[in-house]
Amino acid sequence: MVEQMAVFMENRQGRIMELAKTLKENAIDLITLSIADTKDFGILRCIARDNSKAQKVLKDAGFTVTTTKLIGVEVADEPGGMCDILTLLGDKNINIEYLYSYAHVATKKAIILFKVSDEELALKILNENGIKLLDNGVI
Amino acid sequence: MYFNKEIECMKRSELKALQSERLCALVKYVYERVPFYKNKMDALKLKPSDIKSIDDIVKLPFTEKTDLRDNYPFGLFAVDKKDVVRVHASSGTTGKMTVVGYTRDDLEVWAEVMARSLTCAGVTPDSTVHVAYGYGLFTGGFGAHCGAEKIGARVIPVSSGNTARQVTILKDFEATTLCCTPSYAAYIGESIRQHGYDIKDFKLKSGVFGAEPWTEELRSKIEQSLNLKAFDIYGLSEIIGPGVSIECNANKGLHVWEDHFYPEILGNDFEPLSDGETGELVFTTLTKQALPLLRYRTKDLCTLDRSVCVCGRTHARMGKITGRKDDMLIVRGINVFPSQIETVLMQMGYLSPTYQIIVGRENNTDTMEVKVELAQNMLSDVVANVESIIDDIGKRLYSVLGLNVKVRLVEANSIPRSEGKAVRVIDNRKNK
Repeated sequence: MVEQMAVFMENRQGRIMELAKTLKENAIDLITLSIADTKDFGILRCIARDNSKAQKVLKDAGFTVTTTKLIGVEVADEPGGMCDILTLLGDKNINIEYLYSYAHVATKKAIILFKVSDEELALKILNENGIKLLDNGVI
Repeated sequence: MYFNKEIECMKRSELKALQSERLCALVKYVYERVPFYKNKMDALKLKPSDIKSIDDIVKLPFTEKTDLRDNYPFGLFAVDKKDVVRVHASSGTTGKMTVVGYTRDDLEVWAEVMARSLTCAGVTPDSTVHVAYGYGLFTGGFGAHCGAEKIGARVIPVSSGNTARQVTILKDFEATTLCCTPSYAAYIGESIRQHGYDIKDFKLKSGVFGAEPWTEELRSKIEQSLNLKAFDIYGLSEIIGPGVSIECNANKGLHVWEDHFYPEILGNDFEPLSDGETGELVFTTLTKQALPLLRYRTKDLCTLDRSVCVCGRTHARMGKITGRKDDMLIVRGINVFPSQIETVLMQMGYLSPTYQIIVGRENNTDTMEVKVELAQNMLSDVVANVESIIDDIGKRLYSVLGLNVKVRLVEANSIPRSEGKAVRVIDNRKNK
């Protein structure tokens, strides 16, 4: 499983910059970052090289942070790579709550990170099908 | 024009004699029937026989809204439950309602004082009275209704809401008097214009507006848009409901129907203040049977004027309410205590939530937004979870306040603190 941080952000000017500044000043390197936004607020989701340090510095800077475990898989960076994984889960009626991905150009691999409605079942299916699951160390 | 000239214009010396007689009977009545008052008077070593005239009222103990709450729902009632023929309620400070009751005689008194009040506003048996106050636990609708009926006017009990329908009914049923909150009156005026009606096609002559403070500025706006004369009415359910006092044609304050409700203006140390001095308005219900109250502290600040009015009425006039002794807000005619928001958040299990109430006015209607600082246990990585918390807070506030409130979640520590305490209320209305 991959640990992700979620940070609450009001929808006002300069907030993402302030978060970025906090990370920069503490030499935190981000691997992923995405934002789910609504009219009034956003939830920033990110994974850092050193998640526990990132969490500490963000909390010290006054941000409200929570952590979540996501399922991370590595697939071939080619058409259909994601579809095969989602088909496995979809066939068992597992719903994806949210998902994001990024490609490793050098290795021609893609990393897919997601949260599902039934985590236990999803892990079982992925294991049964020999899909490689990732943790924070290898993403 | 008077509804009850003999009483409304009675000599002040005679009025005082009547008040004295009624106070003595009242004190004996509550001492015998309400343990709360017996205990309070015993603690003060005060016996009913010590009260010999209205001047002795200063010896009596006070009653506060919290006393009604502590004795929720019927603990302060002085009559058997079977003699209570009506119950109303308003929101209290901590989620518990303030419950009031009426005997048949109480309802008769209420109709009488409302009839006097509406007569001050020009209502006669020929009038058509459109009541757009809410009917329900709130006293506004039924109070205006029964007063107009007592006069023998035609009553249109529309209740609140659905403004387009209100406008149609006002016009087609040819209402001559409109009863509602001043902000709603302004809103109706605006709607009439927006719907392309000409106010000259309406028959309105007067409006009886109350349940919230309003400015002279809003008065002239309403008088212009609705082409009527506006009268300020005051009341509170604890005392009886609307009809405790009202303006007459002279516009020199609101006549308090002193034969039923005895007013005092008290200073910070509860010392009686002279006419013209601003202090807390305190009422004693001289004739109430179901829920008689001694020296009920309204927390409203205003002045009193006991000189005879040019209209001929001798009953004292209170000035416009200029403020509150506590932090109660009146939003769209509904009482809101900031602590109610805190209670809701606490009940939902959020750790020390900091909140801020922002009250404003848009299109002459009060708006209320509650900013809630995000607590650690509100945060989720899933947007829908956070949105459902916001939704839930809104629904719970609605059930406690009876008011639709916009809830906005803000970052921790983003609400300004002054000397460690968060600024709880920002009231951007001009006439707060």
